[in-house]
Amino acid sequence: MLSSKNDLIHHFCSMLRIRRVEEVLAERYPEGEMRCPMHLYIGQEAIAVGVCATLSGSDMVFSNHRAHGHYLAKGGNLNRMIAEIYCRSTGCCGGRGGSMHLIDLEVGFKGSTPIVGGTIPLAVGAALAAKMKGSDQVVVAFFGDGAFEEGVVHESLNFAALKNLPLIFVCENNGYSVYSNLEERQPKRPIAPIPKSHGWEIYIGDGNDIQAVVDISCEAISRARQGKGPQFLELETYRWSEHCGPNEDDHLGYRPPRELEKWKDKCPIKRTQKHLLDEGLISENKLVAIQETIESEIHKAFEFARLSPAPTPDTLFHFSNLEDTKCVPN
Amino acid sequence: MRAELTFAEAVKEAIDYCMSQDDSVFAIGEGVPDPKAIFGTTLGLREKYGPDRVLDMPLSENALTGVCVGSALSGMRPILMHQRADFAFLSMDQIINNAAKWHYMFNGQANTPLVIRMVVGRGWGQGPQHSNSPQALFAHIPGLKVIMPTNPKDAKGMLISAIEDDGPVICIEHRWTHHIKGDVPEEPYREPLGKARIMREGKDITIASFSYMTIEAISLADAFKKEGINIEVIDMRSASPLDHDTVVESVRKTGHLAILDTSWTTCGISAELSARVSEKGFKYLKKPPLRIALPDIPTPTSPPLSETFYPTADVVGRKILEMLSIQRSEDWEKVLSELRGNGPFDVPYLNFKGPF
Repeated sequence: MLSSKNDLIHHFCSMLRIRRVEEVLAERYPEGEMRCPMHLYIGQEAIAVGVCATLSGSDMVFSNHRAHGHYLAKGGNLNRMIAEIYCRSTGCCGGRGGSMHLIDLEVGFKGSTPIVGGTIPLAVGAALAAKMKGSDQVVVAFFGDGAFEEGVVHESLNFAALKNLPLIFVCENNGYSVYSNLEERQPKRPIAPIPKSHGWEIYIGDGNDIQAVVDISCEAISRARQGKGPQFLELETYRWSEHCGPNEDDHLGYRPPRELEKWKDKCPIKRTQKHLLDEGLISENKLVAIQETIESEIHKAFEFARLSPAPTPDTLFHFSNLEDTKCVPN
Repeated sequence: MRAELTFAEAVKEAIDYCMSQDDSVFAIGEGVPDPKAIFGTTLGLREKYGPDRVLDMPLSENALTGVCVGSALSGMRPILMHQRADFAFLSMDQIINNAAKWHYMFNGQANTPLVIRMVVGRGWGQGPQHSNSPQALFAHIPGLKVIMPTNPKDAKGMLISAIEDDGPVICIEHRWTHHIKGDVPEEPYREPLGKARIMREGKDITIASFSYMTIEAISLADAFKKEGINIEVIDMRSASPLDHDTVVESVRKTGHLAILDTSWTTCGISAELSARVSEKGFKYLKKPPLRIALPDIPTPTSPPLSETFYPTADVVGRKILEMLSIQRSEDWEKVLSELRGNGPFDVPYLNFKGPF
């Protein structure tokens, strides 16, 4: 299925917006105001955008430590995300989570956490609840190749197939877990046939090709919604930045020379931009206007975050079992 | 008044009531719909509510705990059950990192109403991996409530409260309480979570006991009362929140405290209670608190070893006489010997034939 011109421009804007948000996060991180670990998604944007573009607002998404892209693609509030990374009271967790704990229930972004594999069974449970209630919602879990090594994922594959759940697993295979190459961690075999043997429908694709991701997602999500059971997407992609933090870390030498350059040539945003320009689907002027709109929105979000108050110590016990006690911090 | 119910029947009545009131309540666990029905506690529920609400479970404790949490985040109220608490150790990530923390870490935007029932095994060779009583482990985790009912009335009332609670509740049931009978009101009622219950009033010494040790404590108190020693028995009922105030109040009167627990001594819930009572009621204590819990070794299987491993009412009685500086006499030996009985000691009641 070919996206219409407007769809493709929309996907391009979404990817560019995520990219620019993270580039500004990286620029400003050394200022020391974002006092939490931060895992950048730069290079992988086509996957979040392609998958989420085919979801409806009430569909649900669970995510992991590298969540900025998933959150924004699902429609999460930008101001509240930046404020959360700045650990402010206006953040999406009121400053209790930081970059690794994002949530926006208004748009079905159910939560992201940094225990690898930790939210995957939660997505299965949300899909079970959707099925029990007879709703037509589907649930997506985003995770990386590393999560596929967790036992809980294999337990989840078994149960979701057993119950024929309206569920989509999106495995973003970027080849690395922190500094460890996939070859150090898994045998030389593709990932997707394992869920297939559990009875899942599987799809393997280029995670840096927005059109390919959209096409695969459309089919997978529509099958899940029709009650045809769980769907597994394995999408190849690449992480440009260091595992955690604002910088690139190619100088450490844990990746082969020129691997990063090769993947930068396959940048999902550059590819889409070139296609739009080459095919005359967008003008240079329109492109500049898009960029200006995005920059202005981002600037305002950072101002919102930086001017927001930090949570005050008297709220420490809110939402805990100690809320009603007179306990105060020493 | 209708006939007495067993603890197991009272548990079933609580689950049945909650499922009848709220479509979002469902029951899941390994063996829930099987003929043994988790020691009879889920008997007939599948016939009444169907396979979509009464689920068997693959042997995937961690993922299925996560599935329950995920469903709870979408408005369900799951009751997950393990035939042995030891099996729940496979699901510590989902219990600690997700169920317990979700409400706080997401700033109160979502709840994880979830009850996890765990049965503590003892006797008939349960051995090292079928006998854990993990109240201290879970009580250590902020965000969890940990309850340990010991009689049928509390089992029903506390379980209804647990299922209706908006947060995660760990319900630890001792296998040696399931057959115990008692009066259970037919109508639904709620017992508080985190509130101890005074089972016997007394002025000479306070026993604060957890789970099955309350049964031992009551036998002891009844036997000692005939000899003129009045033991106040407090069934703690919950390990978290821990109702130390009730114990401090009692110690103000008795001046002596013995704490009985079904798990290990070191870093056990007896240590926490001892510390709290000492902090708040030091001036009332005439002697240091006495802790009687399991020795810090895994549970041995062979009866001669496990008989020594588990403290019984007579063992507690000896230590209490010592604490109260009461000279042991032939009369006392007779009392203690009757408390001990003739065994066998590896069964909850004399005609128990195993295997569970």
